[in-house]
Amino acid sequence: MAEKEQREGMHYLESLPRRWVTVYIPLLLFLFVLLFPFYWMGLTAFKPDAELLSSGGNPFWVMEPTLEHFRKLFIDTSYPEWMWNTVIISVVSTFVSLAASVFAAYAIERLRFKGSRQLGLAIFLAYLVPPSILFIPLATMVFQLGMFDSRWALILTYPTFLIPFCTWLLMGYFRSIPFELEECALIDGATRWQILTRIVLPLAVPGLISAGIFAFTLSWNEFIYALTFISASENKTVPVGVITELVEGDVYHWGSLMAGALVGSLPVAVMYSFFVEYYVAGMTGAVKE
Amino acid sequence: MRSQTLNRWLDNRNVLGLLFMLPAAAILLVFLTYPLGLGVWLGFTDAKVGRGGGWIGLENYQWLWEDSVFRLSIFNTFLYTVVASVIKFVLGLWLALLLNRHLPFKSFLRAIVLLPFIVPTVLSAIAFWWIYDAQFSVLSWTLVKMGLIDEYINFLGEPNLARASTIAANVWRGVPFVAICLLAGLQTISPALYEAAAIDGATPWQQFRNITLPMLSPIIAVVMTFSVLFTFTDFQLIWVLTRGGPINATHLMATLSFQRAIPGGALGEGAAIATAMIPFLLAAILFSYFGLQRRKWQQGGADK
Repeated sequence: MAEKEQREGMHYLESLPRRWVTVYIPLLLFLFVLLFPFYWMGLTAFKPDAELLSSGGNPFWVMEPTLEHFRKLFIDTSYPEWMWNTVIISVVSTFVSLAASVFAAYAIERLRFKGSRQLGLAIFLAYLVPPSILFIPLATMVFQLGMFDSRWALILTYPTFLIPFCTWLLMGYFRSIPFELEECALIDGATRWQILTRIVLPLAVPGLISAGIFAFTLSWNEFIYALTFISASENKTVPVGVITELVEGDVYHWGSLMAGALVGSLPVAVMYSFFVEYYVAGMTGAVKE
Repeated sequence: MRSQTLNRWLDNRNVLGLLFMLPAAAILLVFLTYPLGLGVWLGFTDAKVGRGGGWIGLENYQWLWEDSVFRLSIFNTFLYTVVASVIKFVLGLWLALLLNRHLPFKSFLRAIVLLPFIVPTVLSAIAFWWIYDAQFSVLSWTLVKMGLIDEYINFLGEPNLARASTIAANVWRGVPFVAICLLAGLQTISPALYEAAAIDGATPWQQFRNITLPMLSPIIAVVMTFSVLFTFTDFQLIWVLTRGGPINATHLMATLSFQRAIPGGALGEGAAIATAMIPFLLAAILFSYFGLQRRKWQQGGADK
């Protein structure tokens, strides 16, 4: 309680009307603008075409909600397959990256071998290399390796941005675990492997969850690699499938597009709602370190 | 089971370190470092899709230098990055300050605010595409009903309007990231500082100017470097909303590089455009590096 009052600082001196003008109204405006596209996405997904294309009536509400767009999405397009592809690719590349990152972060942070400091810096720099400058050379490699149009192309390339991020984040977590714990274990005759699996990893579980959640959303959201390396409809991921397959020439099926966007956003949104704290810790941790 | 020498060998930190680094290093060397070099090399060749290219020296760059579309894309990239980053910073800082106040449902609010950042960019961009639609835009509908305009606005059809619209969508996605990161920084500033300043008679503006900003500046440097980096290399949003049009008015270097290389088939030229982005990225990274150094010094750590 004392802590809470301290946090409040001197703001309790402000009168209520003043608080409305300086805090609540701007905040409500922010929330309205940030959330409106989601409301609009959800509303459009349930609107029948007749209402979508009529200029009369109130566009901010739906008179006769319909599931037609969802039916079309799941029956007439390969949407379920895109969803499945996205899940497989995100889960596998997240686990591969996490496994590689745990070892790398532990080695850099705790084994302190020759050159570990430089490697730590190199990992940070690798995190700053954007996919937009890698996709062309990667495309030629993917083609030469015969992985074009397969899940492997994405499973193997997503770790290029996931591993640097996860390693950097886990390095911060490992740093917060006291050296003394490891020293005790070493004196008791534990091997490095035992120390890693029995002491460090259990203590770093929050870090592992943060890194995992973040990596999963990053791979779910990935677009440029998936757009470049995949061409067959049934191999696409959700973001690529929605934007390339649901638009036929100049005919935009707004209802299905919005339904596709809504359903494609749900998994990350649901996961995020369960792990908000870990997600925020991952995001701010990566920036703060 | 294992022999004594093997055990001792595995306890050597250099050997073990190397072993632990192996999986990550292998993936990064093959799929990050090598392509980075390959990309620079491709920029000096006339490679096309399905055909390896020969060395042509600086020809791609000479050709691009005289290409008005490429020059326009550089201008667009800078305009997009600078305007969007400044707005994101101002709005993000404001939102962070608001969220740092004593509010009901504080953690719930913070969770909702971050939603635009976690939803796949392509999918939220589709929502903006629909909001910006020339015929059925809800923005135009509202403005017409309010009597502010007479006819629907063609948001993505006019060069400057399209630029403003894409920047607005980018800002919408980026503000939560900036705000939540700065909020984390704000929460580390001791309230005692503000109380001391208030007792000394400092106005709210003076408190902001002389306490909040200096205490926050290290994290601002890092957050904004990330933000600039992501904005500069943005691809998804532009590709969904305009594909670089109208009349190339919103082509960024990333989208132009994609268009020339993949649908256009000119891998070498696309790689040259992508390589041309590297110097700017390096500048941003150096900026971030010095921002981090300053942080150590401010916290009383030794300068390294």
